[in-house]
Amino acid sequence: MSGNSYLPRKLHSLLGVIPLGLFFIEHALTNYSAFEGGREGFLDSVHGLHKLPLIFFLEMFVIWLPILFHGVYGLYIAYQSNLNTGRFSYGRNWAFALQRITGVITFIFVIWHVWNTRVQVALGHTTYDEIGNHMHQIVTQPLNFTLYVIAVIAAVFHFSNGLWAFLVSWGITVGPRAQRVSSNICMGIFVIVSVLFLLSLFAFRSDEFASAAAAGAAFGPVTFG
Amino acid sequence: MAETATKQRTVKFIITRRERPDAAPYTEEFEVPYRPNMNVISALMEIQRNPVKADGGKTAPVCWESNCLEEVCGACSMVINGKPRQACSALVDKLEQPIRLEPMSTFPVVRDLVINRERMFQALKKVKAWIPIDGTYDLGPGPRMAESKRQWAYELSKCMTCGVCLEACPNVNDRSTFIGPAPISQVRLFNAHPTGEMNAHERLEALMDDGGIEGCGNSQNCVRSCPKGIPLTTSIAAINRDTTKQLFKKWLSM
Repeated sequence: MSGNSYLPRKLHSLLGVIPLGLFFIEHALTNYSAFEGGREGFLDSVHGLHKLPLIFFLEMFVIWLPILFHGVYGLYIAYQSNLNTGRFSYGRNWAFALQRITGVITFIFVIWHVWNTRVQVALGHTTYDEIGNHMHQIVTQPLNFTLYVIAVIAAVFHFSNGLWAFLVSWGITVGPRAQRVSSNICMGIFVIVSVLFLLSLFAFRSDEFASAAAAGAAFGPVTFG
Repeated sequence: MAETATKQRTVKFIITRRERPDAAPYTEEFEVPYRPNMNVISALMEIQRNPVKADGGKTAPVCWESNCLEEVCGACSMVINGKPRQACSALVDKLEQPIRLEPMSTFPVVRDLVINRERMFQALKKVKAWIPIDGTYDLGPGPRMAESKRQWAYELSKCMTCGVCLEACPNVNDRSTFIGPAPISQVRLFNAHPTGEMNAHERLEALMDDGGIEGCGNSQNCVRSCPKGIPLTTSIAAINRDTTKQLFKKWLSM
């Protein structure tokens, strides 16, 4: 199997669910703790995560490297596809087209988002204690907030529809009925996870996260808008 | 009123033509006298008999391919009003006018509506879509196929290599080497056969090579477009399952 595209494509599909999909759900729940538990709840979640052993290696092998491979190979997959929803305006074909469009949006967003958050922590411009206030600063700007809302919905669609495609690509849902049922479940996941992320975005806009906002002011110019 | 009653009813066609494989495409309009129950092929035959455009100018007859005229050979595939399908089963009475005919340009266009579907036959060779029964002596009768299996396998055997599923697939294009839905379904057919099953791994390996089953992006246009109603996406998912098993079998050296 030399010069083979089967293995990288299969790996791309797997990484999208394990570990990236699991991390994505974890991210949604952690953010949601900002809505449910406010500033305290969010800080507890963040601290809980960063107390995990070997956190640097976890981030590297569970998040950064999988995202890099999934994103770069995904761009190549998107490049190889035609969009023919004009001629074939079927639901699944739209999902196919949106999967590629939202994938590109998500990849660009993730680069910006990681630069805005994790990289700024690494550079010492903010800390995990202040990350909630830092997010408050970003999402209280209308342009940033709009971009976040679009990108979050795109990312959740990409994850949910990708989960459906994963089940087909690994031969788990074979018949039309299995695929229809899993499609309904995945669209349910799309709605639920979107709501989690959107509620947390609104939570970050609340005054509660503004209190220590001055701490991150020095870094203001780095953000968009 | 009397005049309109006697006037010959016509059917308007807009046909995308090209003179040579490398020539630029152009469109020509035709008005064909209407006859009851006519199909796209009979209209093309009419243009062949009287190659005059709608504006009265003479032109070369439009080239197309067709054989069986009963939707079993796959030769007359073309894009009719935006959808790839068989011209023989495209009834004029059921089509919106003007009727637009284009070649299936996913394939190399030879001339006018004639395309070269050779890649489909190459694909069948690549995946070994046959049952090897030749030996140096009489191998005797093979194992029997269960009737319940034969019934669904028969549906897959209706594939006429017409190329409509490749035309509908967004992943079959110049930037991708994807083999297309039809040969994947044929692998399922021949792997379902009790004798063909003995070489199942060879067909699966062919689909685990470059341009194989991984090229499928699950747009599912193929199953919506197949003129024979073949459950192509079920075949693809079933072969996804089999290739995944084959992958792990190989890794574990079973």
